[in-house]
Amino acid sequence: MKINSRAVVMTLYLLFLLLPIYWLLNMSLKTNTEILNSFTLWPRDLTLANYATILTDPAWYMGYVNSLIYVCLNTVISLAVALPAAYAFSRYSFMGDKHLFFWLLTNRMAPPAVFALPFFQLYSSVGLFDTHIAVALAHCLFNVPLAVWILEGFMRGVPKEIDETAYIDGYSFGRFFVKIFMPLIASGIGVAAFFCFMFSWVELLLSRTLTTVDAKPIAAIMTRTQGASGIDWGVLAAAGVLTIVPGALVIYFVRNYIAKGFALGRV
Amino acid sequence: MTLELRGVSKTVSGQTHIHPTDLTLRKGTMNVLLGPTSSGKTSLMRLMAGLDLPNTGSVIWNGEDVTGMRVQDRRVAMVYQQFINYPSMSVYENIASPLRLMGVDRGEIDRRVRASAEMMQLTPMLDRKPLELSGGQQQRCALARALVKEAGLVLLDEPLANLDYKLREELRAEIPRIFEASGAIFVYATTEPEEALLLGGNTATLWEGRVTQFGLTPDVYRQPADATTARVFSDPPMNFLQVVKTGDRLMFGERQSIPATGGLRSLQDGVYMTGFRPNHLEIRAHAPDAIRFETRLTVTELTGSETFVHLDHAGESWVGLVHGVHDLKPGTPLEVWLDPRHVYVFDRDGALVAPAAYAMSA
Repeated sequence: MKINSRAVVMTLYLLFLLLPIYWLLNMSLKTNTEILNSFTLWPRDLTLANYATILTDPAWYMGYVNSLIYVCLNTVISLAVALPAAYAFSRYSFMGDKHLFFWLLTNRMAPPAVFALPFFQLYSSVGLFDTHIAVALAHCLFNVPLAVWILEGFMRGVPKEIDETAYIDGYSFGRFFVKIFMPLIASGIGVAAFFCFMFSWVELLLSRTLTTVDAKPIAAIMTRTQGASGIDWGVLAAAGVLTIVPGALVIYFVRNYIAKGFALGRV
Repeated sequence: MTLELRGVSKTVSGQTHIHPTDLTLRKGTMNVLLGPTSSGKTSLMRLMAGLDLPNTGSVIWNGEDVTGMRVQDRRVAMVYQQFINYPSMSVYENIASPLRLMGVDRGEIDRRVRASAEMMQLTPMLDRKPLELSGGQQQRCALARALVKEAGLVLLDEPLANLDYKLREELRAEIPRIFEASGAIFVYATTEPEEALLLGGNTATLWEGRVTQFGLTPDVYRQPADATTARVFSDPPMNFLQVVKTGDRLMFGERQSIPATGGLRSLQDGVYMTGFRPNHLEIRAHAPDAIRFETRLTVTELTGSETFVHLDHAGESWVGLVHGVHDLKPGTPLEVWLDPRHVYVFDRDGALVAPAAYAMSA
């Protein structure tokens, strides 16, 4: 029998890739007893109780709601700020534009932990502590530069003559930007939004530091599930599965443009 | 309607793109800006359109100073070398967009869009997106959008340069027709002398940011004001050779000479420059008084029924355009002949002293 070696390698690769995700899913459908007492490749005693716990207990599901609120807020703010900034970088030359453009990216080079302390103190003193907007604004520090870079790359691909033709035709700047320019870079906006969403969704340190109860994100809740009876493995796994879902959904919509996005629009 | 440039100049980061220029374009005229790449054609057009602000001087439209006016408020239209349309809109919406912004009512928009689409042969494509069209059709769409608003000033910046040969000829034949119908001031930039001659009207020749001459196209062609204009308005460029006027003769080197007739007779003795176009060089004695030059062939280019011969005449490179196919080996000596009636005489600063005799009689 002839064995296709490529297929074997590919299958093994996919297997290793999917193993942790499968194990998470597997755990989420087991009871705690089964998880702790035996090694089973699939749930012997299939149960949806773990998911039921999360979807009925506000202490759990509010985590998702909080996360979604600040992630969406952050995405909207980042894009609203980055669109005009990227347009300026792509169309005009002004004093220090290249330095400023590069400096924006250096913001991403500092670990979030560096900013946790100043943000904590600042937000506490202005009364923003434990609010959604606090986390959204903190994440802008990383997401705005990234969105500016991605959008600038896409905007650079649009010839300047289109802008001028529109002005000659009588479009005001605002009308041109919304009616003609934005549809042209729609995929860029989609990719930038995805990256903002993703970074904000997976970021744990800042969001945990800046919240206590009202805006506590799901990732923070997951790290605090140690009850009197020990760790509730099943529920934790179910929470993990549910945390993957939004990211997977969003990535599906921009799958064709991801590569260009990782190259910051410069392909 | 007139467009007047008064002492307009443009400098970008220390580099002069346009030297102070005066130019008056009249209503219902076709004006060709002719010059090689980066001679300032586009810069001048951008100043006319109001896309750039001149550093000095003013732009006058119908007697009104519009120098600082926003481009949106001017009645101009522009077509670029690249095919610029709004990719997210259909062809219909592309053409309609300037009218919608002007607040023209629906029925009128529909009538005008369909009329200009018809003129541009775009009627079957109205529902498509511009990027689904061929290059020629995309440029037609851009032209239709420029014409539909009935602007007083229509700027065409090398609109045919990115099209293939056949489409270019087709559209080039249409442009004068469209122009006739519109009554606007047309400005057409091109690098090709042939295109300027085909379009007719007026021609302004540009060289390194200066308008070297402006006048009726045939006049500029036949009587270039200086050597630079002659060089720009000739493709391949005009050939030049130094002469010495002594008494009543113009001496080419030691053996060749022609009589100094007409306006040349009264010239002071001294060194001058003669110029003659490539198509006036022949490889046989075609006139009884033709002068003969001994040259060496460097390159031949065959273009179907004609041959470009690149020649070396005592260190100067010339080009000749001769009829028929002449497959000659590079390096062979070649005798070429020139009718004295085709010789332009310039002074040492390049200003025209006497146009060629044939140009005067034409």
